[in-house]
Amino acid sequence: MDLYEYQGKQYFARFGIPVSPGGIAKSVDEAVAQAEAAGYPVVVKAQVKVGGRGKAGGIKLAADPDEVRRAAEAILGMDIRGHTVHRVWVEHASDIAKEYYASFTLDRPAKLHLGMLSAAGGVEIEEVAATNPEAIARLHVNPCDGLDEQTARRWVDEAGLDEEAREEAARLLVRLYRCFVEGDCDLAEINPLILTTDGKVHALDAKVTLDENAAFRHLEWEELAEDEIEDPREKMAKEKGLNYIGLEGSVGIIANGAGLAMSTLDVVNQVGGKAANFLDIGGGANAEVMTAALEVINADPSVKAILVNIFGGITRVDDVANGVIAALANVEIHSPIVLRLDGTNAEAGRALLASHLSDSVLAEPTMLAAARRAVELAR
Amino acid sequence: MSIFVDETTTVVVQGLTGGQGRFHGLRNRDYGTKVVAGVTPGKGGTDVEGVPIYDTVAEAVEVTGATASFVVVPPRFACDAILEAADAGISLIVCITEFIPAQDEALTYNRLVREHPGTRLIGPNCPGIISPGKANIGITAGDIALPGGPVGIVSRSGTLTYQALHELSQQGVGQTTCVGIGGDPVPGTNFIDCLEAFQADPETRAVMMIGEIGGSEEERAADYIGQHMDKPVIAYIAGVTAPPGRKMGHAGAIISGSQGTAQAKIDALREAGVTVASNPTEAGEMMVEIVRGLG
Ligand SMILES: Nc1ncnc2c1ncn2[C@@H]1O[C@H](COP(=O)(O)OP(=O)(O)O)[C@@H](O)[C@H]1O
Ligand SMILES: [Mg+2]
Repeated sequence: MDLYEYQGKQYFARFGIPVSPGGIAKSVDEAVAQAEAAGYPVVVKAQVKVGGRGKAGGIKLAADPDEVRRAAEAILGMDIRGHTVHRVWVEHASDIAKEYYASFTLDRPAKLHLGMLSAAGGVEIEEVAATNPEAIARLHVNPCDGLDEQTARRWVDEAGLDEEAREEAARLLVRLYRCFVEGDCDLAEINPLILTTDGKVHALDAKVTLDENAAFRHLEWEELAEDEIEDPREKMAKEKGLNYIGLEGSVGIIANGAGLAMSTLDVVNQVGGKAANFLDIGGGANAEVMTAALEVINADPSVKAILVNIFGGITRVDDVANGVIAALANVEIHSPIVLRLDGTNAEAGRALLASHLSDSVLAEPTMLAAARRAVELAR
Repeated sequence: MSIFVDETTTVVVQGLTGGQGRFHGLRNRDYGTKVVAGVTPGKGGTDVEGVPIYDTVAEAVEVTGATASFVVVPPRFACDAILEAADAGISLIVCITEFIPAQDEALTYNRLVREHPGTRLIGPNCPGIISPGKANIGITAGDIALPGGPVGIVSRSGTLTYQALHELSQQGVGQTTCVGIGGDPVPGTNFIDCLEAFQADPETRAVMMIGEIGGSEEERAADYIGQHMDKPVIAYIAGVTAPPGRKMGHAGAIISGSQGTAQAKIDALREAGVTVASNPTEAGEMMVEIVRGLG
């Protein structure tokens, strides 16, 4: 789960990482009130879960209430790369001497934690990473050892942070690492991490991704109340407990297993179609799950054909077939459906289905044939 | 021969008294796997259909001499279960548990490397491992596999693995071992570990590798194949059309920025001389061809 900047900063604060004082606002008036509380000058910052807000005009400096008004008016409702701004974060403006970059994430190939630290942080960090990778000091941390202050201090030296920032930065990085580990983050990133003109180090931005698998030990995450899911299909699927991702095409997909579902999207594409969604119904494939899946797909107006791709392993295909038949009786589908059921007891499953086939309920023996048929029907 | 497990492997099932553990553990036993013990703290002294239950893995190992463990416990207990097995001297741990926190997984992996270098972990979040006709540890339906080799399979995805097994078996092409390494970000066993073992196994004469988006294990595997393997490898990579930034079902199946795309993996594999199929059916057909050609 990605956090907004303001949530990320609140999360950082729990671990003792200094952030700017500020408040959240949903309207121009609220923004002015928050500015008064934070103390002028302030920065009005668009809250969207995408980087590069500064470059997109989503971050504006304001010295008085009028300027806050104008800034908030411009930013609220703005579209930043497909994300509409519903809220702004208004925080006290810092006098920036230097902008650094710091982050922790998992290095998958190394199977170790990876810290990245650079004296050349700020809005151009991608550019720096691409053209001048040596400007980023990388530190592998073994989770068994953790990160201590001496190591952090050497790392800060290596990254070439300004002398006066080093001690505080090292202390902050140890806290950021704790936040990453104990806070169960997939990513904890500060860009920019700043040195102020009066010699303080603090986090001016926060990019935090939480690992949802750890939600059971973070009751405080409940407050982070996930936003309204914007895609109504994804919202409906989530309510039904389905593993669904909305896409742009016209072939609705139901498959069991993440790999098989992904593969089904690819095969549909290969034969000239486009999938309307990713949907993995897992091992079960019983009537209940199949019904829920069909309901979600059916509610998607761009779906012109449905492709059900099930491989029965321990769940036998005859059981799956019964599930499909029951689900088809529960849901009045708007588009033709192509079934590909294979695996354990496939023959028996297909025999069960035979009497239910029609112009709008078809069966194909292979994934490729089924994809071809579904794509044809979607045209 | 087979890799990692065979008819001599003796298995303790951690979580045998739970719903899933009982179902899959007993299925594994019915398949012919030597399931010699179960472990559930507090339930020592009871049994599950004749399989004795112990309170600890150490006890189970002491009494039964089990060499492998099948971990079927909920995510918040799985890592402790894995480390308990390693502490008890188990040399092969198969963990099917999905949704383990990534931090726990990374810590556990590194603790195993450091404290128990002789222990192999397969998974988590994997279907398990089957050496057809010899042993099946995990949730694979044993009857879709065919004993006798000569194909080794290694895969990050469950259902795609079943599909591969099924298609080969239906054409009369058997398998030596099929390893599901799982879809999590920090798998205990990598593609390369399995490829190495298959390369060294005289009965495995060709290898099928099934990858997916996310991470760079396939690229690393491609390097390994290019440098160290002379057995033919057929690969299939799922997720060519997956949108970036979304977890496609598996925790590890995510394209981050330009990292982890299917195309990059396919390119790397082709460069290493691997035949990459464009769909799972084609991968199966290509493998059947290769095996027929081996005579
Ligand atoms: N509180 C602040 N005081 C002064 N400058 C700020 C403040 N917040 C942001 N900025 C400036 O705006 C830039 C972009 O802000 P940031 O929060 O990093 O957004 P993004 O990364 O989305 O562009 C920063 O690099 C910094 O120069
Ligand atoms: Mg930033």
